Amino acid sequence: MSRTLRFAPYNVGRWLVWGLTAILFAILPLVFTKGFAITLLSQMGIMIVFALSYNMIFGQGGMLSFGHAVYSGLGAFFAIHAMNWVGDGLVWIPISLIPLVGGVFGAVFGVIFGYVTTKKSGVPFAMITLGIGEMVFAAVLMFPGFFGGEGGISTDRVVGEPFLGISYGPAVQVYYLIAVWCFVSMLAMFAFSRTPLGRISNAVRDNPERAEFIGYNTQRVRFLVVVASAFFAGIAGGLSAINFEIVTAENVSALRSGGVLLATFIGGAMFFFGPVLGAVIFIYFAVALSEFTDAWQFYLGVFFVLTVMYAPGGVASLILMNLRVARFGLFNRLWTPYAKVLAASAVLLAGVIMVVEMSYHLTLGMSMSDTVSVFGIDLDARGAMAWIAAALILAAGGWLFSLTRRHFMDAWGGVQTMIEDRIKREQGA
Amino acid sequence: MHRAWSPQAPCRRVARIVEFFVISLLNGLSYGLLLFMLASGLTLIFSMMGVLNFAHASFYMIGAYFAYQISTWIGFWPALFVAPVLVGVLGAIVERYGLRRVHKWGHVPELLFTFGISYIIVELVQIIWGRAAVPYRVPPELSGTLFTVFSTNFPAYRGFMMLIALLMLLAIWLMLTRTRIGLVIQASLTHPEMAESLGHNVPRVFMLTFGGGTALAGLAGVIGGNAYVTEPSMAALLGAIIFVVVVVGGMGSLAGAFIASLLIGLMQTFAIGLDWSLAAFLDGLGVRVSADMPLYSVWSLKLSQIAPVLPYLLLVLVLIFRPRGLMGTRES
Amino acid sequence: MAEHESTAMPPVSGATALKLTDVRKHFGKTEIIRGVTLDVRKGERHAIIGPNGAGKSTLFNLISGRFPVTAGRIELDGRDITGLAPFEINRRGLSRSFQITNIFHRLSVYENIRCATLYALGYRYSFWHRLSKLADAAERTEHILQRIGLQHRRDALAGLLTYAEQRALEIGITIASGAEVILLDEPTAGMSRSESDHAVELIMRVTEGKTLVMVEHDMSVVFGLAHRISVVVYGQVIATDVPASIKSNRAVQEAYLGTTFADA
Repeated sequence: MSRTLRFAPYNVGRWLVWGLTAILFAILPLVFTKGFAITLLSQMGIMIVFALSYNMIFGQGGMLSFGHAVYSGLGAFFAIHAMNWVGDGLVWIPISLIPLVGGVFGAVFGVIFGYVTTKKSGVPFAMITLGIGEMVFAAVLMFPGFFGGEGGISTDRVVGEPFLGISYGPAVQVYYLIAVWCFVSMLAMFAFSRTPLGRISNAVRDNPERAEFIGYNTQRVRFLVVVASAFFAGIAGGLSAINFEIVTAENVSALRSGGVLLATFIGGAMFFFGPVLGAVIFIYFAVALSEFTDAWQFYLGVFFVLTVMYAPGGVASLILMNLRVARFGLFNRLWTPYAKVLAASAVLLAGVIMVVEMSYHLTLGMSMSDTVSVFGIDLDARGAMAWIAAALILAAGGWLFSLTRRHFMDAWGGVQTMIEDRIKREQGA
Repeated sequence: MHRAWSPQAPCRRVARIVEFFVISLLNGLSYGLLLFMLASGLTLIFSMMGVLNFAHASFYMIGAYFAYQISTWIGFWPALFVAPVLVGVLGAIVERYGLRRVHKWGHVPELLFTFGISYIIVELVQIIWGRAAVPYRVPPELSGTLFTVFSTNFPAYRGFMMLIALLMLLAIWLMLTRTRIGLVIQASLTHPEMAESLGHNVPRVFMLTFGGGTALAGLAGVIGGNAYVTEPSMAALLGAIIFVVVVVGGMGSLAGAFIASLLIGLMQTFAIGLDWSLAAFLDGLGVRVSADMPLYSVWSLKLSQIAPVLPYLLLVLVLIFRPRGLMGTRES
Repeated sequence: MAEHESTAMPPVSGATALKLTDVRKHFGKTEIIRGVTLDVRKGERHAIIGPNGAGKSTLFNLISGRFPVTAGRIELDGRDITGLAPFEINRRGLSRSFQITNIFHRLSVYENIRCATLYALGYRYSFWHRLSKLADAAERTEHILQRIGLQHRRDALAGLLTYAEQRALEIGITIASGAEVILLDEPTAGMSRSESDHAVELIMRVTEGKTLVMVEHDMSVVFGLAHRISVVVYGQVIATDVPASIKSNRAVQEAYLGTTFADA
């Protein structure tokens, strides 16, 4: 892990970053105006809150959980019931505050399940969260009265009097609601990481034994962090209830829990903005890419495994490492190696995609059409021509990649050594 | 053996109870033994390498699919031997070219790696064999009835499953207590650092351990895949249960895993067959529970309906009252 | 060989800071600690020495709550702390360091120290205070950084420090909570002569006025630093006395020091 440990924080005025983020959130729907784009952005916003909440326990707290969707899903169920009660005139809660209902109930379940799960840590904790997740999923299906059984619970978010003309009917209004909650939640979670509890949870992550010896009950620390994280997960659940107007057992499923883990890790658990990146990438795969190919889950899985093997700090760490090179003014040494290895990767990727798409088509898509469209070219998976072409491209890509990769690693290694030398000299001075 | 029997009503009730009990006992044992086949491989890998193989149930699935494919080509009996070996080889490859690279980052990345692998395996299985269940059938030689308890037939194949599981259990026990490598594995169950100080060729031992553990999972898949259904979702359902088994039994304890497997197997099998509910119980006491009482849905829940949740309830109880597990010796 | 002869006067009060009464510890069937009775006076520097495997580190682990005792009593300032969890013992005023450096490797040096001050300053599990605004924590952290001589490395990641720097940080974390009784487990382990001398100076500086119990193998460090020495052999204390008397104690010489030391 020494490469990622040797990194110095990238110093930018904090106000600038947050201000730019807020502006970005505000203008995005003006740039991407298509209906599909708005949906995509809304889902990314929800996922950002969910992934950041997950990173409170994962990257910040050092707890690997396979059951985080329990908090967001149960929060979503309570939020959607609240919306229905609002619609029936039983309570008055402005729709804008419904996510808070999700958050509160997320926290309640955080207390209940957190108490049980934080009795252990490390790998046993991970397995217990898996068990609790499965239990909740099975239980949800057992009580159709409250959870709606297979069909779930639906609602209409357009209830009550429109406030200042905002009825949440149009998708763009929902986007702005999500954007505001997302921004506020990001601020809150960032602030949390800079409180005593937030910092101590880092200490517990790094060395739970030592944390005990400086006066902290590590189990209590973990428990409190789980509750806080469950609160924000519940907010994401509430936003989901508003956005999709339906909550089903799938909201508490192992698939969702696995998804947020994937998103957070791919983005980078070691940096605050890592899960933000990861959420964007994940939603892109799940919602946008899935329009083009059935194999998106396979690609996502491979992406994840490659990240675990070669970039355990996630995409964020890759970006920051390159920014560091740029800061030391050495990036010009990397232009050519990068260009070469990226070109080779593109060829390799094309070959892989052809093979995967055709295989998927053979097994799953033959009923729909005779050919599968890859990069706009129609391929007939039954014919040998397409396969031979794919195999050739794959082989060529693989060979080119192995060549250019070595060259790139040499250049990269050289740059890293130069940087380390400079740092040592600066320190020595 | 068929009996011509016309019992009186009370005798018939007793007969039905005995029938239910015996059949459920046998079914529960066979399911529990299947769980143990999986849990034992998982425990061995965990003890020797410190890796929790999230993809363990996925190798079980691969075993079933391989067995299906091979038995359509050359028959069930060759598949019984060939499929586990192939799964083991696959496991060794995964360890050699994947897991080994992640080993240096620590245990959590290893777990994440196996998690990612489990994800990919499910997709690959769907690419090759499709999304629907495949018709992996019990071979005709084993599809008869072993014996009958009153009016229920106990299938011969279940007996066969139990036989294979017990043979495997015996083989593991012999290996652990009679061979040198077995002694080393026993030591590593309680003292994981020992595995590191083996001296030469630790990487090869890791590869063999992982391959061996996954081969066991594959064997379980060969015999379980046709008793239950062989489809892409089979790994997920079983995967969570074997983790519960391992935590309840105590991490790193084979004996604990054995007890926990049987316990959970029996518990689920009995529960599925019983329609008891709190409402019925209160009814029997003379307390009427009507449909418009609050929380009626809870009172009227039948045991058979909550059967899927029972293992996890057990997990929660064990965590609260005996966090070490039944026979746990160490954490990780 | 630089000799730091003990410069401080014997402790003023005769009050007992730490008291062990017939403490025993079994691991399975093996008895590692076989009845240790020990009295550490307030303000004194008390060293624990003994051959390898005598149970010195185990004793520390028992006192600090890392392991539960099988029998016996441990009292801190007159209050029974037997069987309490490590964090409870720490909150009552006892802090320990580790033989194998046990720091928060992904946090900066500054953060490492600051974390150790938080509970003692009363911030506990607060999530409503901003860390950057905590003046008392900042002040205390600066103070400690100065005392252990790591101000220039305050922003470095703890995992990247040199060995000696990490040992200094280890001590810094130990004293940051302001505990009155400090346990140091082989603080100079793995150090060169000059690094050792440096560390001894550091230790004397930062534990001024506090009660110090130290496990050590380096005899020059022990004899230069300690007011009293206890010798542990096979899980029992065979002698507790001032350094000069220990040097000439027959039983100690036989059991541990052998003839080599008698010449030193």
